Order: sequence, then structure tokens, then C-alpha cells
Amino acid sequence: MSQYYTATDHFVLVPAIMLALFGCAILLFDFWVFPEPKQRKWLLAFLALGEAFAGYGLWQQHTYIAGQGIAELTAFQGSLVVDGFSLFFNWMFIAAASIVALMSYRYLEVEGEHHGEYYSLILLAQCGMYFLASGADLITLFVGLELMALCFYIMVGFLRSDKRSNEAAMKYLLLGGFSSGFLAYGFSLLYGLSGSTKLSEIGVAIARRDPADPVLLLAMVTTTVGLLFKISAVPFHMWAPDAYEGAPTTVTAYLSVGSKAASIAFLLRIFLGPLASARAAWEPLLVFAAIASLTVGNLAAISQHNIKRLLAYSSISHAGYMLLGLVAGNETGIKGVAVYVLVYTFTNLGVFLVIVALRREGLVGDNIDDLAGLMHKSPGYALLMLICLLSLAGIPPTAGFIGKYYIFLSLIQAGRYVLAAAAALYVAVAIYYYFRIVRSMFMSDAEDAGAMETTFGVRVAAALTGLGTLGIGIFPEPFLRFAGQSLIR
Amino acid sequence: MLDTIFFYLFALLTLLGAVLTITRRSAVHSAISLIVSLVGVAGLFLLQRAEFLFAVQIVLYIGGIMLLFLFVIMLVNLDRAERERQFSKAWWLALACVVGVGAEIAYFLTKGPAAFQFPPGAASPGVASAAAGGNVERLADALFSEYLLPFEMASLLLLVAVVGSVILAKKRI
Repeated sequence: MSQYYTATDHFVLVPAIMLALFGCAILLFDFWVFPEPKQRKWLLAFLALGEAFAGYGLWQQHTYIAGQGIAELTAFQGSLVVDGFSLFFNWMFIAAASIVALMSYRYLEVEGEHHGEYYSLILLAQCGMYFLASGADLITLFVGLELMALCFYIMVGFLRSDKRSNEAAMKYLLLGGFSSGFLAYGFSLLYGLSGSTKLSEIGVAIARRDPADPVLLLAMVTTTVGLLFKISAVPFHMWAPDAYEGAPTTVTAYLSVGSKAASIAFLLRIFLGPLASARAAWEPLLVFAAIASLTVGNLAAISQHNIKRLLAYSSISHAGYMLLGLVAGNETGIKGVAVYVLVYTFTNLGVFLVIVALRREGLVGDNIDDLAGLMHKSPGYALLMLICLLSLAGIPPTAGFIGKYYIFLSLIQAGRYVLAAAAALYVAVAIYYYFRIVRSMFMSDAEDAGAMETTFGVRVAAALTGLGTLGIGIFPEPFLRFAGQSLIR
Repeated sequence: MLDTIFFYLFALLTLLGAVLTITRRSAVHSAISLIVSLVGVAGLFLLQRAEFLFAVQIVLYIGGIMLLFLFVIMLVNLDRAERERQFSKAWWLALACVVGVGAEIAYFLTKGPAAFQFPPGAASPGVASAAAGGNVERLADALFSEYLLPFEMASLLLLVAVVGSVILAKKRI
């Protein structure tokens, strides 16, 4: 330990070190120790070990912060910060990455593209997410974002012999690079305005400036554009449906929860941190993006026949709901966004899990008709799908209701009745297209009689997502308290 | 005086190279013109006493990236490309971009340095560590103390890029 790498720095960095270390270990072991295809299950054990060590590091941070009664712990001269917010999101990333890894094993076998690098990329992407949730410096945040995005570009194109997967990766790469350019431009202007890359110092400098300063507006608009791209909010959503449809389903699941949650964390850090004082300037932009996301997402989802595409549009509309929580801006709203992201993580993973479980030789399982008669074939998965779809639509007693409830409550508390009413109306639209899937599962007869082949891992993942979706809905108290601790102070 | 002459020299080099890059028919000529333009930029960096950026510009852009460009150009079928329409139909988009950036530059030129004045109290970079020595030393100092973490993260980023290119490009892995 030296003055450049203190004990505190190490303590704050431990989870990321573990993720990176085990990510690299998987690469090496895949090559030297476990070259046989059958031995790949050991890589899964490595991934679990990596998550366990990262979780242990997080747990230590958690108890330290709670024990000392401090709000945050900064490290690397203010580049990295551990607070309730970063802990909340990092716990979620661990859950998401673990569930995705559990459901990936058999899916990749069926696709014939089972390579050890996949698990390594899951961990390294999560490492990027760690920096996104706990970064407090523009450069750290940006490099973290690129680390995560790069892993996703590769994973989206993982089915190398599949045309759709290649196309999706290409589109995602180009548009992702384009949006990163916007973000970097905005960041450079923020640096120019404040003379520092630290979020706290930028916040102080911006608060001193005239809110109508054109340079500030330019910096804010370009940063906002970049961030909206990353959370796939309208009008910067074009990449989402193609990337979601073409990517391997397990990657789509990871993309829709991991990448989205990390980008939302990033967005909240920027907007509630350095840009908080320019609220009057960015609020109209976010209101527009939220309403446009709700409209386009919900209306375009109605006409989709491919479930992955449908879920892409539904995820666009969910981004709209999350933005509304930020627009409301009060404590309930921010807590609502945190709860919403948490709920969405479990619920969306559950939906994708059922699609992954359907996949077998000769059946892709991403068409709504492929789900026909699922109730008669395997009632367990049909039930999981039903619960998760109810939760996505926001119907009690599932978890989705809690998330939407807090968003609406915050809007009403902030006196934004029109927005609340519009958002509530779109729930009705959402119910319509989610129930198209339900109808196909319960009312139609099965078109093919082939039984579902599932593995232990898929069943464990199904249990976890189902428990999460129902559990948060029925016992929301501990989760709400946890989310309440996550507010940025 | 000498500085001014050199500035105009390098600026001319940069602009001339840039114009030639987009007007030459042959892709190889374009690439070489781009090298000329980049050398001009490197000279401008040197005039600003940014020796490190100058070296990076020469080694990375002119040495590494342009070499890659030339390789790619040699691999693609040039005869066919030369017969195709040379200018993109989306010229109005380019025009809009030029007008937008032009307006931005004009704004800052008219406003002068005041547009980028730091608010009172904010630490202005460079001034604080001016005593630490030359440009390269200061950069190294910042890179390995204040920005140690992003610097190390970049190594992970490069690792992922290498792994990714192998996965996506290799036939059998």
C-alpha cells in the first residue's frame, strides 16, 4: 500500500478486482485446464466463486458503512465512491449476472456456440457495471461504460453463424459508438466548464453558473442524448428492438436488466449529482423523452409477433416509467426508480428465462405462437410467465405493482397529475399486449407436442426469478427500506 | 514571430491535407493526404508545448492507425471503388453539421476566452501543478496518481477488445 493505493482504495475496489480476476481466470482455465466441452461446468463454478467473493466484498462494505454510520466512502482521490446507492445497484448486478449464467449453460449448448469466454464476458461486463454504479469521476464512469458496452457488443454477436446475431451486434456497435461520442462530447464540455472531472466539483462549478448559459445547455443536451441512448429511451431507441431480437436470448436478458440498470444508475448519478442545479433546463427534455418512450414503446409493442421484439418495446416503455420517477424528483420518486429497477430485474429475467427454457433443437421459441399451449405442456413455466407478465403490467400482488405505485405516487406528490394520468393510461395498453402472450399460453392448443428439456440450472434460475417477483410484491417492506437507503445525498 | 509563422505553416498543412483527403479519387492518395494533415496537427500540438500529445500523435495516429488504414485499403478492391460515385448523397447532413459547428466556433470566437472562464473558486487545471515540471512529467503524474483507476481499467477494456476480436473473427475457437 502506498499513498496512491491506500487501504481504503483497496477496500472500495475489492468487488471489482474479484470480478476481473475471476473473469481472467475463466479465460485461462478454459484454455489450459478444461479444454473438453464437458468440463465447462467448472467454469460455471468459477463464475459462482467470483460472484461469491464480489458479494463478500460488497457485504463488508455494507457492514462497514452501516457500522460507522457514514453516508459514503470515497477512494482513489474521489474517483470511486461507496454509498447506499452503489451498494443497492451492485447487489442487483450480482443477482442478475448469476441468474443469467445459470440459464445460459444449456442454451449455448443448443445453439452450438458454447465457449468459456462467454462466462468471462459476463463477469467483465459486471465489472464495468460496478464502476458505473460507484464511479464519481467522469473518466472512471466513461471507461466503465465502455467496458460494459464492449462486453455486450461481443455477447450480442456471440452466435457467429447466425445472420441476425451478426446484424444485431453490428447495429448495436455502431449506434453505441455514436452515442458514446455524444456522451464524451458532453463530458468534455462539463470538464471545460468546471476544470475538474470529479462529479462533486463539477456540481459546485455548475451551481455557480447562470442556468441559461449556452455552453452549459450544450453540455447538458449532449450528455442527456448520450445517456438516453444508453437506456434506450425514445427518440434514441432504434438499436434496442434489433439488438434484442438478434442477440442470444440469454444475452438479451442480461442486456435488458444489467445494462439498463447500470445505465439508469449512471443517469441518476449525473442528473442528481452535477446537473442537479440545472434541473429547470433538463426536466422538459426528460419529460418529453419519458412520454415519447411510453407512447412509442407501448404502441409499437402491440403489433409485434416476436416476443423478444415485443419485450424490447416493452423495455423502452419501462425506461419511460423510470424517467418519470426522476422527473418527479422527490424522495419517493428516486426511491421509486430504485425499486422499479430492482423489480424489473427479477421480472424481466423471469420472462426471458421461459423463452430460454423453450429453446431446443428445432424450436427457437421466440415467437408468440411458440408459447401456444404451454399451460398443458409445462404448467410451472406457464405460471412463471404469467406472474412475470402480470408484474411487468403492474398488477398486484406482484412486484411490478410496487414499482409503478411509487412512480405514480411521486408524480402525484409533485403535483404532476397529467403525467401521472398519462402513465396510468399506458398501463392499460401494456396489459393488452402482455395478455396476448397469456392468451396464447392458456387458451391455445399446443402446436408441437415436444416436451421442454430443462436443466437444474434453469430450474434454480426459474425459482429465483419467481420468488423475487412474488416476494417483493408480497413482502415489499425490507426491499423498500433497502431502496430508501440508496438515495444519493 | 517565429511561432506565428510556424502556426500558419502547420495550419496550412492541416487544412491542405484535410481538403485533399476528401477530394482525391484514389483511396491511397486520400490516406497519404490524411497523414499530411495529421502531421500538421502534431506540429500544432508541439507549438502548444504539448510534447506528449505530439509524440502520441506521431506514434499512434501516423504510425499505427494510418498503417492500418493503408493495409485495409490494399485489401479492398480499389478498381471498383474508383468507378463508383465518390460523393455521398447525404451532403445536406454534412452541410448542417458544418453550419452547426461553424456557429458554435463563431460564438466562442466572438465571446472570447470569457466563455470558458472557470467560476471563481474552481481549481483550474494546469496552474496548480505548473511547478511540477514539463508537460510529459505532469501528465505522467496525473495519470498515475489522480487517474490511476481509469488508467488500470483501460487495461481491462483492451483485454475485452482482444478477446472479442478473436471470438468474432476466428472460425474455430
